Amino acid sequence: MSVKTHETPAPQREPDAGDHLLEVRDLVMNFPVRGGGFLRRVVAQVQAVSGVSLHVDEGETLGVVGESGCGKSTTGRAILQLHTPTSGSVRFQGRELVGLSAKQLQPVRRDMQIVFQDPYASLNPKLPVNDIVAEPLKVHGRWKDGGPEQVAELLRLVGLSPEHGNRYPHEFSGGQRQRVGIARALALEPKLLVLDEPVSALDVSVQAGVVNLLEDLQERLGLAYIFIAHDLSVVRHISDRVAVMYLGKVIETGPRDDLYDRPAHPYTQALLSAAPMANPKEERARERVILTGDVPSPLNPPSGCRFRTRCWKAQEICSVEEPALVDRGNGHPVACHFAEVTAR
Amino acid sequence: MTTPPNVPLEPHAVDPHAFDNPVTGASQLLDSAEEVHVGLTLDAVRPPSEEEILTVENLTVEFPTEDGLVHAVRGVSYTLREREVLGIVGESGSGKSVSSLAVMGLLPKSARVKGRILFRGDDMLKMSARRQRGLRGRKIAMVFQDPMTALNPVHTIGDQLAEAVLAHELMPRKTALARAKEMLDLVGIPQAEARLRSYPHEFSGGMRQRAMIAMAVINNPDVIIADEPTTALDVTVQAQILEKLLEVKDAVNAAIVLITHDLGVIAGMAHRVLVMYAGRPVELGDTDSVFEEPRMPYTAGLLGSIPSLDKGSGSARLRPIKGTPPSLINLPTGCPFSPRCPLATDVCRTEEPPLAETDGGGHYAACHHWDRLAAAEDPTEFFRTESETVA
Amino acid sequence: MTLSAQAPGPDTGAAQGMTIVARTQAQMVRRRFFRHRAALAGMIIFGFVLLLSFSSIGFLGIPGWWDKSYLATGALVNQGKPTLSVVPEFLGGSGIGLGEHPFGQDDIGVDYFAKTMRGAQQSIIVAFLVAIVATSVGTLIGAVAGYYRGKTESVLMRFTDVMITIPVLVIAAVIGRRFGDSGVVLLGTFIGLVIWPSMARLLRGEFLSLREKEFVEAARALGTPARRIIFRHILPNTVGVIIVAATLSVANAVLLESALSFLGLGVQAPDTSLGQLINEYRTAMVTRPWLFWWPGIFIIAIALSINFIGDGLRDAFDPRQTRVRA
Repeated sequence: MSVKTHETPAPQREPDAGDHLLEVRDLVMNFPVRGGGFLRRVVAQVQAVSGVSLHVDEGETLGVVGESGCGKSTTGRAILQLHTPTSGSVRFQGRELVGLSAKQLQPVRRDMQIVFQDPYASLNPKLPVNDIVAEPLKVHGRWKDGGPEQVAELLRLVGLSPEHGNRYPHEFSGGQRQRVGIARALALEPKLLVLDEPVSALDVSVQAGVVNLLEDLQERLGLAYIFIAHDLSVVRHISDRVAVMYLGKVIETGPRDDLYDRPAHPYTQALLSAAPMANPKEERARERVILTGDVPSPLNPPSGCRFRTRCWKAQEICSVEEPALVDRGNGHPVACHFAEVTAR
Repeated sequence: MTTPPNVPLEPHAVDPHAFDNPVTGASQLLDSAEEVHVGLTLDAVRPPSEEEILTVENLTVEFPTEDGLVHAVRGVSYTLREREVLGIVGESGSGKSVSSLAVMGLLPKSARVKGRILFRGDDMLKMSARRQRGLRGRKIAMVFQDPMTALNPVHTIGDQLAEAVLAHELMPRKTALARAKEMLDLVGIPQAEARLRSYPHEFSGGMRQRAMIAMAVINNPDVIIADEPTTALDVTVQAQILEKLLEVKDAVNAAIVLITHDLGVIAGMAHRVLVMYAGRPVELGDTDSVFEEPRMPYTAGLLGSIPSLDKGSGSARLRPIKGTPPSLINLPTGCPFSPRCPLATDVCRTEEPPLAETDGGGHYAACHHWDRLAAAEDPTEFFRTESETVA
Repeated sequence: MTLSAQAPGPDTGAAQGMTIVARTQAQMVRRRFFRHRAALAGMIIFGFVLLLSFSSIGFLGIPGWWDKSYLATGALVNQGKPTLSVVPEFLGGSGIGLGEHPFGQDDIGVDYFAKTMRGAQQSIIVAFLVAIVATSVGTLIGAVAGYYRGKTESVLMRFTDVMITIPVLVIAAVIGRRFGDSGVVLLGTFIGLVIWPSMARLLRGEFLSLREKEFVEAARALGTPARRIIFRHILPNTVGVIIVAATLSVANAVLLESALSFLGLGVQAPDTSLGQLINEYRTAMVTRPWLFWWPGIFIIAIALSINFIGDGLRDAFDPRQTRVRA
């Protein structure tokens, strides 16, 4: 897989169609908080995603990392139009998706699918696995041309035996269920898969098998992935490029090794330093950046840079001016006034 | 029972710059930031002594259920030394949590517990209920995974902390509250005085876990059992909590049993590791030797399954363990790991190996073929997948 | 990776080569239900009442094994006292036997056994109709409100709230007065149209939680039409709740019908129901108590046994509420 090297500072580029497989621009997703009472007036807005721009090319994996509440899952769902974005644009194969009706979205759904985190909740417990995998074929009128064979083929593809297709989800282990979820997502031969924490609910020994499967499938089918996760090492393992999110914004993005080896944003640095490694000697010797406090509420995010309340570099300007996500001389875009410039 | 004199708490002075750790790759990129708070590491806290305070001998736990008898724990033995951090690692259903709940006496009545749990030489399973209560919560305290369910939502944090003290010691409520405030300060909750009057839902996840830790150490315990204390938390908050756990442990001079599924957490936090699989301990030893020279294929398989934060994926492909953990109702005969083990031979399928000493000092493994692992250059190589050999 | 190749469990219900958990939900429900003693007893009692009432005097023109009609009058024998005897002769009784009029006769000489059986039939029919209608309407409204949310939900649920605030008995009384003599079918249907709100609330709650489940989200991501999501993906997951609620509403409906008829607003003479019988003979409590007790016993038997069945079903569908001790 080739790593995209032509990293362009997104905000300055003109919108152009057909360049990338998926192009997300200034995506905003606010959820209204309603008060009680008869009118249920909107009393506040949860600013889950606040102006996210990113793109994915054919056959590549974009890793999206961040802690809970950073808006990474909401971004994934908004891309698929499972949430209607408050504003912004989502272009898939050059076509604008925001504002399309359910009917107009129908053909797009074939090309974009999602795999969820919880393999216990993502499969309908009342349907046998065959029916679960057949569902997309039936909904899209493809059941007639050899439906059962297609289902068997899909199960084989994800490493399950088709003979087990008439069993119900509860008869499978977590890893096997996650494979069923992947088979369902692949049924319509999509070009892009949004993988929302696909392995974080699985046991370590099982997780590796699913990660390997995802890699194999990408190679065989030429899929593009948006891999959303909080586990930094899994993201490093599978991604070509990575975007780090904090409180609804992308704060740093770049080619994988660039970002992991030369993180420029204080948050990325703290995140990397906090992630535990299975290497006792290094772990004990390592100096960790321990951030103080917790992530602020997305109901009322800090002014200026959203990370400033926990940042050890924060100064006056950080509360006034929001840093743009641009390349500051370190090879990839960073949203920090005091981004660390490392010699390359 | 008489209450021992209350040892005054004197938080061990923590100065990260006092310890000259070798500068590693991860910290190099941070050297420009002086103001940054650098965390405490295991090497920086007081080392364990040789005195054994908690000994678990041949502990078994069974649960009768609708589907049959669940053999949740099948013969766990370990010792915990003073000030030691013992990590218990395993996947879901390995019995790691159940064995600790048994120590705390928190299992449901239906559970059948056998074996011996010795606290400073006294068998807790043979004690009167009253003496058990005297130990649990005071000498042995617990930190749970989910502080939201472990804290009572209708009482203030201060009340709950004071209650924890008053359950074991007679003192004026005011004194207990003062102690509670002291504890909140210790675990790094700002404005402790005001926070005593807060309810759990007013705290963030990290703060709640801090409050849980405060509650655990408020009676000066000798042993803290931490069951997945950071699993529900984010990475940056996890780092805070783990550091706090070490700091607090040093302040009250306690030992910790740290239960987790995260090998990374164990690597940084534990002096010794106990690996559990299907209700049995399968490997026990110093953290360094278990991670570097695993003598049980399961441990090696776990290590091969986790991607590294250091290297990219281009080079290394993950080496998963095939299959899934066995049902605790119908365990396979012989070694429970044998159906998934690339080293398994006929003897593995008929005879369950005991946890026996291997080559290293104090390094135990339950495997017939640990010597083959010892002979291998890379212990994870047995788990290499077909596609990897092709590629 | 294939399915775990574990040894088949000792449980014969499990399919070959499957682990012990590999039991379909229906099997588990059945198993738990049959372990529930009260539910089993309830089922036997209710089955007996059902069989007795419909087979004895016949139904819809089909004759039963009991030769007397609930309408035909006859000569009063022994002041209409019950001839049913259960005390054997060797204990000083008159031997086990039904006699001419096991439940006695009413004041104009109608066989009271036949009358009670007719009453039970009518009560059961009304109760089941009420349950069916209330469940269907409640499920539909609850499902639509819960799935679509927004304005649809607001309108439907406010309407439901209004319905709930009006005492059921009052509306039912109005309906009973208007339709009571047009037969039990109409009566049952209309009462059902009044008592659906609790069902709608229950279903709305279920839908609200299920619609946020990831498998529903997955269906939406596939572009599945709303109707298919509701009926294929969500509704089957509420079957347990619906069955339990429907069962318990049958028991309530029996009591509601009795109450209405007791007030003289339900089934009208010459047809009869259990409640109506009690109403008619409540003054005979002292003089001829059997006229009061027989329908009373049947009301209690029906309502109680169905309640037990409902409890058993709830435990069977939701085992978390009760731990089965081995």
